[in-house]
Amino acid sequence: MPHDPDAFARFTDERLIPNAGAWDQAEHLDDEIVKDLAAARWLVPTLPSAAGGTGMDVETYGLLSEELGRGCGSVRNLVAVQGMVAHAILRWGSKDLADRWAPAIGTGTTIGAFALTEPDVGSDARNGTTTARAVPGGYEITGRKKWISFAQRAGVFLVFAQLDGDPAAFVVERDTPGLTVSPISGLLGLRASELGEVVLDAVEVPSSNLLSHGRLTFDLVATSSLDYGRFSTACGCVGLAQACLTASLDYARDRVQFGVPLAEHQLVRRALTEMITSVEAARLLCRQAGTMRATSHRDAIRQTLIAKYAASRTAFDVATNAVQLHGANGIGSGFPVQRHLRDAKIQEIIEGTTQIQQLQIADLTLARH
Amino acid sequence: MGAEGKARIREFILDNITETELADDDDIFERGLVRSMFVMQLVVFVEQEFGVQVTGDDLRFEHFRSVDRVDELVARKLAAV
Repeated sequence: MPHDPDAFARFTDERLIPNAGAWDQAEHLDDEIVKDLAAARWLVPTLPSAAGGTGMDVETYGLLSEELGRGCGSVRNLVAVQGMVAHAILRWGSKDLADRWAPAIGTGTTIGAFALTEPDVGSDARNGTTTARAVPGGYEITGRKKWISFAQRAGVFLVFAQLDGDPAAFVVERDTPGLTVSPISGLLGLRASELGEVVLDAVEVPSSNLLSHGRLTFDLVATSSLDYGRFSTACGCVGLAQACLTASLDYARDRVQFGVPLAEHQLVRRALTEMITSVEAARLLCRQAGTMRATSHRDAIRQTLIAKYAASRTAFDVATNAVQLHGANGIGSGFPVQRHLRDAKIQEIIEGTTQIQQLQIADLTLARH
Repeated sequence: MGAEGKARIREFILDNITETELADDDDIFERGLVRSMFVMQLVVFVEQEFGVQVTGDDLRFEHFRSVDRVDELVARKLAAV
């Protein structure tokens, strides 16, 4: 499949938008869409071709994420998570781990899940309580991970745990004895992201499945994955906001109240202008972050934080305005804006909450000279 | 790698901390000069500036503690190319 924005847009228009509402209701993605993404090598397009990707550049990946986000937040989330797990294993793992798992995830043979968050540890992920201990031939892991995207579907988990007082990351296969996954249902948004709670009860893995051990497991391995996911989330938020804006423009043109289209009412125009401006601004921030990431600019990480912070807040604001503008229709299942509003709130929580980012962006900027 | 490389590393670190002076053997983490996200920034800088790739074999915190340690890491990576 060609890697141009028109192809991404066609995929979203033809495959995602007609089905995203049903997936949201079913709290599950259709297997066929996952196969289609795998066939296009879009699950982790940024992997090298030999590792199951297409070598897609970062800026193009941003455009893909934006388009997927315009159609279905959970599909965008799936692609982000696959990238977070596959790139972590490819970059930081042994050659054997990389050779086995990066292509498997890239080609969709196996779905990956990023198991960092725990029932009692979210933003404070560094202080997780899942523990590992050395046993003959490997490690034994015990603990509980929660809110794990695509845990229900995953064949392999990147599990973070404490080992001898330092963080460690392990590759854990789903069928390892002692690992169980419980689906989490009834979520507000990203309902088709197939979240699960993962219980590890004395799960034994071979020593070769240790990806990383030491302080950098958190400060570099986990943070790099989250940085990758944050860029995808930021761009996806622009797509989500664009979907709400487009729906609102269409509705404002067609819906007649008080004898004229909504668009003829000045307050509606004001709302549309706010939406248009903030979508454009968020898109520019994402494009700027993408360009910086593509050139490994030394400010790329901070700019990605700024893009995600602004775009996720924009997505929620624009989705809120879109629902308001749609009136009663906005809260019904016949229009996608209510799904986008629910999904938008989740974007302000994943890959760094809005409040954590309010600390980080100021911290990083105050430190600069 | 030499004084020129160390100067580039030092300049980058100073650009991202509130201090204005830094000895090459100052432990930037022990002194509390940087936050956790800084290692990631430092790796991006090292890779772009010196054309090396930091990989799993380099995942040791000690490599990133000071100008001297980063310089040694870069020199080792360049020698292996």
